[in-house]
Amino acid sequence: MRRKIISGMLAMAMAAAMLSGCGSKGGSGQSAKASDGGKVLNISCWNEEFQTRLKEHYPGYQEIDKTTGKIGDVTVKWKMTPSTDNAYQNALDESLLKQKDAAADDKIDIFLVEADYALKYVNTDYTLDVEKELGISADKLSKQYQYTKDIVTDSKGNLKGVSWQACPGAMIYRRDVAKKVFNTDDPKKIQEYVKDWDTFKQTAATLKKAGYHTTSSTNDTYRVFSNNVSSKWVVDGKINIDEQIMNWVKLSKEMFDQKYTETYELWSGDWQKGFTSASDVFCYFGPAWFIDFTLGGHDLDGKWAATDGPQSFYWGGSWICGANGTDNKELVKNIIETMTCDEKVMTEFVKKNNEFVNNKSAMQTMAEDKGYSSKILGGQNPLGMFCTGADKINLNNLTPYDAGCNEEFQKAMKDYFEGHQTLEAALDMFYKNVETKYPELKH
Amino acid sequence: MKKAQRGKKSKVVRYNRWGYIFLIPFISVYVIFQLIPLVSTVYNSFFENYRSGLSQVGPNFVGFDNYLKIFTDGDIWTYLKNTMIMWGMGFVPQILLSLLLGAWFSNKRAKIKGTGFFKIVIYLPNLIMASAFSMLFFVLFSEKGPINSILVDLGILQNGYKFLSNVWSTRTLIAFMNCIMWFGNTTILLMAGMMGIDPSLTEAAEVDGATSLQIFSRITLPLVKPILIYVMITSLIGGLQMFDVPQILTNGTGNPVESSMTLIMYLNKHLYSKNYGMGGALSVLLFIITGILSLLVFKITDKKEAK
Repeated sequence: MRRKIISGMLAMAMAAAMLSGCGSKGGSGQSAKASDGGKVLNISCWNEEFQTRLKEHYPGYQEIDKTTGKIGDVTVKWKMTPSTDNAYQNALDESLLKQKDAAADDKIDIFLVEADYALKYVNTDYTLDVEKELGISADKLSKQYQYTKDIVTDSKGNLKGVSWQACPGAMIYRRDVAKKVFNTDDPKKIQEYVKDWDTFKQTAATLKKAGYHTTSSTNDTYRVFSNNVSSKWVVDGKINIDEQIMNWVKLSKEMFDQKYTETYELWSGDWQKGFTSASDVFCYFGPAWFIDFTLGGHDLDGKWAATDGPQSFYWGGSWICGANGTDNKELVKNIIETMTCDEKVMTEFVKKNNEFVNNKSAMQTMAEDKGYSSKILGGQNPLGMFCTGADKINLNNLTPYDAGCNEEFQKAMKDYFEGHQTLEAALDMFYKNVETKYPELKH
Repeated sequence: MKKAQRGKKSKVVRYNRWGYIFLIPFISVYVIFQLIPLVSTVYNSFFENYRSGLSQVGPNFVGFDNYLKIFTDGDIWTYLKNTMIMWGMGFVPQILLSLLLGAWFSNKRAKIKGTGFFKIVIYLPNLIMASAFSMLFFVLFSEKGPINSILVDLGILQNGYKFLSNVWSTRTLIAFMNCIMWFGNTTILLMAGMMGIDPSLTEAAEVDGATSLQIFSRITLPLVKPILIYVMITSLIGGLQMFDVPQILTNGTGNPVESSMTLIMYLNKHLYSKNYGMGGALSVLLFIITGILSLLVFKITDKKEAK
């Protein structure tokens, strides 16, 4: 009964919305395939990053207020939902599921996704094929790093999104601590101390003796391992734990037991205490944006340095997806092309925002540019290192379940590291929680 | 005579009609916001109905499978135990504190000055959002947080204590927060009950030489019993639905080892995948458990009164 009433009400609301949509377009007809030249461009995202980039670098973008802008005679509407607690995905899901029936001006035209859950959207018809449907030629995309394409390639091999940034990571350590403990702060020499995980562990022991924690949390190294797995989280509907992940568990347990590190959650206040000189944390693992937006701005600016670390990895990044049903295809295409393929615009990103952009030749040039250096890293130009890192990233083992699995795994292991329960019990808890999040999975 | 009687009767009927009319707002609100959701929850609990990514699975009728799954997993009993422990830990000090404060405030001989001010002050914690309150505690009691710095600086501890990595410290914090938030509310309720007691009773007792402790236990306590039962049942129902404080304090994990995971937090986890089937089944079970426990409290306290 309730369903009937609600569906009746929804149908009425929809009909009304459709009528008004028709009215504003002057009755141009309701074709199933979206026509072009809509008056409103709706963009869904979780923070201001893309908006700032568009405002600063897209020619002709005018800001009206925080959630609206104008490109020519098209109004740009920003729909921002923070990603905490899955809120962004929940909001995006609701809008996308209504996409078919929404009025042309209410349809989402562009939405942004992150790597952890990109496949959830990429493997559906809600995203437009970048090459075939949006008409961006493969030639234009050829300078982009392969891994940024792999993340958003669907199961049939079609490219469904494009990113303007690449996020190869590095180990970022404190120069003052390095000088004190190892008598050098030269990235090349420090690299020798952390060239693989065994050496990393030995170095951790040395640091401990000198009174330092190696990392702020066991979770700091998680990404470095999880990016180098050789199998997927889910194989044939069954949860699968890769050997690399178990290696992380082994190393982390040892490191925590020896007090080389702690078990704070990433982004927590305790974890961030390491950004300041009052702390005893030696290094963090992070990409280019991490240096500027997270690490920087504390009293240690200029006292950091970056080196490759034990293994290459990446962290974060935002991908632009064209939404199926958009009525602004040309504009969407143009925005994606300008923001992700135009070398000139992208070089500006590097100079102005210290971004590591998704363009090999631009990054090569900048890496060799003597005039470019990072203030936070004490004048080091880390781009060359990031360039080699970006080429090494291999992401053939992504699944749509990664976000949930990674999160639950780290939570469950925390109990094991702290000695509250055995490894078996912690793994059982992990299985149980993943199966609650994704009822279709088994183990 | 007959005519007059008939006229009287129809007047009664007419008054009844007004009664029904005045009931309409309540009944309609109740039906729309309580009864229909209740029935649809029961209905939903018999279906397999969730979302995997962007694709919808179900609804498929599965009978009692969802209930069966909850019972075979068996976690529900752990979570129920956690919930009851944390409720008890918060409720016992809360009711003692409230009785004490209530007795003080309603005691006419004590002549406490500024009772109005204190009543407001003790009620204030309830005005803060539970999530904000627990966020505050999360920061205060984090390993490198202010409480630990104070303890270390005073030389009480060598290193920071991991409040949120130990079972009983986490539970105590949650219970403490619930106690702080709700004792004001309970005090005001109990005080209302105590002020309704005829002062001549206590005066008579005083004349007979009763001590204030005797007055409290022999006169005040038995007379506020109905209110006490009400407070207990509402607190029990509220306690079973404990969610916001532990959810925020433990970041939704109920850590360590899910020892502070409550029933509603478990329910919330099913909503990640929009699992209405499992969520519905869990809600129905929660409804039954709440009903049984409330009846139990009612029965136990009622019996004593019969004596």
